[in-house]
Amino acid sequence: MLELQEVKKSFPQWDGTRLEILDIPYFSMEAGEQVVLVGKSGSGKTTLLHIIAGISRPDSGYVRFDGWDITLLSEAECDRFRAKRIGYVFQTFNLLPGFTALENVLLSMTFADGWPDKARAKYLLERVGLGHRLTHKPPMLSVGEQQRVAVARALANNPRLILADEPTANVDTGHQQQIIDLLRETCEEEKVALLLVTHSPEVARQFPKIVRLEEINQVGKRPIMEPVDHQVGS
Amino acid sequence: MSLWKIAWRSMEQRALASWLTAISVAFGVALVVAVLVIHSVVDRSFRRGAQGYDLIVGAKGSSLQLVLDTVFYLGQPVDTIPYSYYREFTEGRFVPAVRVAIPICTGHDYQGFRAVATTPEMFDRLTYLDNRPYEFIEGRNFYTENPFECVVGYTVARKLGIKIGQEIRPTGQGQVGGAVHEDEPFTVVGILAPTGTPNDRAIFLNLEGFFQCESHVAGPSFEEQVLKDTTFSASGSTVSGSTPSFPADSDRPTEPAEIRSVEESSSAKLNAGNEADSAAKINSARDPASAGEGAAGHTDGHSPEWGEACTHHDHGHHDHGHHDHADSDEHRRLSAILVVTDIDNNAQLAMSLPRVINEEPFAQAVHPARVIAELFDGIVGNVQLLLLILAILVVIVAGIGIMVSIYNSMSERRHEIAIMRALGASRSTVMAIILTESILLSLGGGLLGTFMGHTLVGFLSPVIAEQTGVIVRAFDFQLVELVLIPGLIVLATIVGYLPAVAAYRTDVAKALIAAP
Ligand SMILES: Nc1ncnc2c1ncn2[C@@H]1O[C@H](COP(=O)(O)OP(=O)(O)OP(=O)(O)O)[C@@H](O)[C@H]1O
Ligand SMILES: [Mg+2]
Repeated sequence: MLELQEVKKSFPQWDGTRLEILDIPYFSMEAGEQVVLVGKSGSGKTTLLHIIAGISRPDSGYVRFDGWDITLLSEAECDRFRAKRIGYVFQTFNLLPGFTALENVLLSMTFADGWPDKARAKYLLERVGLGHRLTHKPPMLSVGEQQRVAVARALANNPRLILADEPTANVDTGHQQQIIDLLRETCEEEKVALLLVTHSPEVARQFPKIVRLEEINQVGKRPIMEPVDHQVGS
Repeated sequence: MSLWKIAWRSMEQRALASWLTAISVAFGVALVVAVLVIHSVVDRSFRRGAQGYDLIVGAKGSSLQLVLDTVFYLGQPVDTIPYSYYREFTEGRFVPAVRVAIPICTGHDYQGFRAVATTPEMFDRLTYLDNRPYEFIEGRNFYTENPFECVVGYTVARKLGIKIGQEIRPTGQGQVGGAVHEDEPFTVVGILAPTGTPNDRAIFLNLEGFFQCESHVAGPSFEEQVLKDTTFSASGSTVSGSTPSFPADSDRPTEPAEIRSVEESSSAKLNAGNEADSAAKINSARDPASAGEGAAGHTDGHSPEWGEACTHHDHGHHDHGHHDHADSDEHRRLSAILVVTDIDNNAQLAMSLPRVINEEPFAQAVHPARVIAELFDGIVGNVQLLLLILAILVVIVAGIGIMVSIYNSMSERRHEIAIMRALGASRSTVMAIILTESILLSLGGGLLGTFMGHTLVGFLSPVIAEQTGVIVRAFDFQLVELVLIPGLIVLATIVGYLPAVAAYRTDVAKALIAAP
């Protein structure tokens, strides 16, 4: 379903050189597969998810999704592709504060094909246990509830893949497991693949497949030209 | 969810800033609306003010002053014309061209309102606005045979609390309040229904009673002396001249040729105008058979010969047998004659009437509608254009306020935009959301401003009515106000463009990583 080949990503730096982050010869996921991605902070996990979602473009390489090479899509096509096939769960939830829980889910549907399915939005919110919080706006919800709304939103458009970037990092420990369970259960029910980034070994342990970014990323294996830090040694 | 809803939610989130910007737009729009409504209503009312008659005939001089005095009861009093000149319209040369001629005499006041002396025909035979007849909400029109009757306009009655049967004593303009003359008072017999014209703010006295008041009679001025010597030699020349024209009896066939000959004869008379003796000779040659015919049906209490007195004005002056009538007549002065020309039956005569009058040295004839249009386009219109430009500038400044407000919120918004983009919204969608928000703010402000503007008009309307007699209703919507809608959308699009482009350019990956 998902296949990355020779994907390279670097960012320009202030001194004009480029900071290489990713150089992934190959990475793939099957439909419905649940994979956990782990790696050091700053190693490029979020960057990788952005590339898979089409939010960022790789410098080179292919990202194939259901046979489409999304690096060849125009930006507008890429936006539509993302809206329809990919659900995103963020570390900081990223709900829109001005919209109710229900509207946050409907909004996602609006961007996909413009015909929000209210019944499905309600069903999803009930599924994540928020049937009684439909008209609450995010600031009125607990962090755990906010992240559950985010899960419902990610599932809104029947995506093929959910990208979850440290979904439990900002949730209190009591509710972390609830979020993970919810994600895994719903992804299974909806037959959605799940790629989840976490720093937590307990979370990682629960997944059938763990990918360490350092293992698939060539950048970490070469000596890195660290930017000169003039503060050091003084 | 529609873009409107999304933009609305975004406005809700920044409710205070949104309200402030919308209100600033509202102020500008309120000004525009107030200027437009007042402009249009005042314009219409001013132009309509003189409807019901085509011509104002008055003393030579400023046509604007004549119109202001006659139509709007504003400005300086005008010179007068002798009453006998009015007879030219009722039984003299101008009869074929005239359907209705109403004598009026302004120049008197009653407690701050103009008192206008006229005949009952003013309300029986003239109309106002779109051919609406005058109506009385109380009482009736005054009768010619009751000299000391009067009727009052609606506003006057309301403001002064005048009741039927009340007696009022108008004072001459410039007279101090205490110096009320000792003549017989006028009794109010009717109150006019509101017309939305300056007539609401005037009192109408019976001309008969007015003339009987001693204090209104002044000695003949120099100009009158000249007029006396010259005015009616024209009718004399019709008899003695080769071609008769504007005959005293309207039964005579009227042809364009006659009009031309009138002009000829009047210019001929102009040349000889100052030679009183020759004019008198010509007049004395007039066929006496036609004299006095025009008196039939008139109830002004004069002797049957008053037609003669009219045409033989100077003659009477010398002939002591006619002294009474001639004397009363010569002291009677009018400020203007309102003329409805007989355009249906005698189009050519009617159309040439003002030219004929103006070529003679006695009076001028003005088209009030034309003078008002000139006044309006020239002065009032320009002032209002200036006000309108200022008001539009206020709207534009308010529009820039929208831009600043949205642009200022872009830093916090950038994150929300990035979220929407991550959810799959395209660049053009987020751009459209910002533009929609800008349009909502300006249209919302516009709606509020329209309401405020009309409310403002409502508050101003008593002042406008007070100053001009024009009644402006608060919710008199103008068609031009519809222009505001596309205008505001264009403005919103322009001012929303900069922040919308900022939204369009948002770097999603960067904005997502940045702390919310
Ligand atoms: N738009 C950008 N421009 C420049 N540098 C960037 C940009 N985005 C990310 N980086 C850099 O790329 C590196 C990888 O960032 P990324 O967010 O992918 O790391 P991460 O593995 O998700 O880290 P964490 O576990 O802390 O979330 C970091 O050093 C970061 O500073
Ligand atoms: Mg990260």
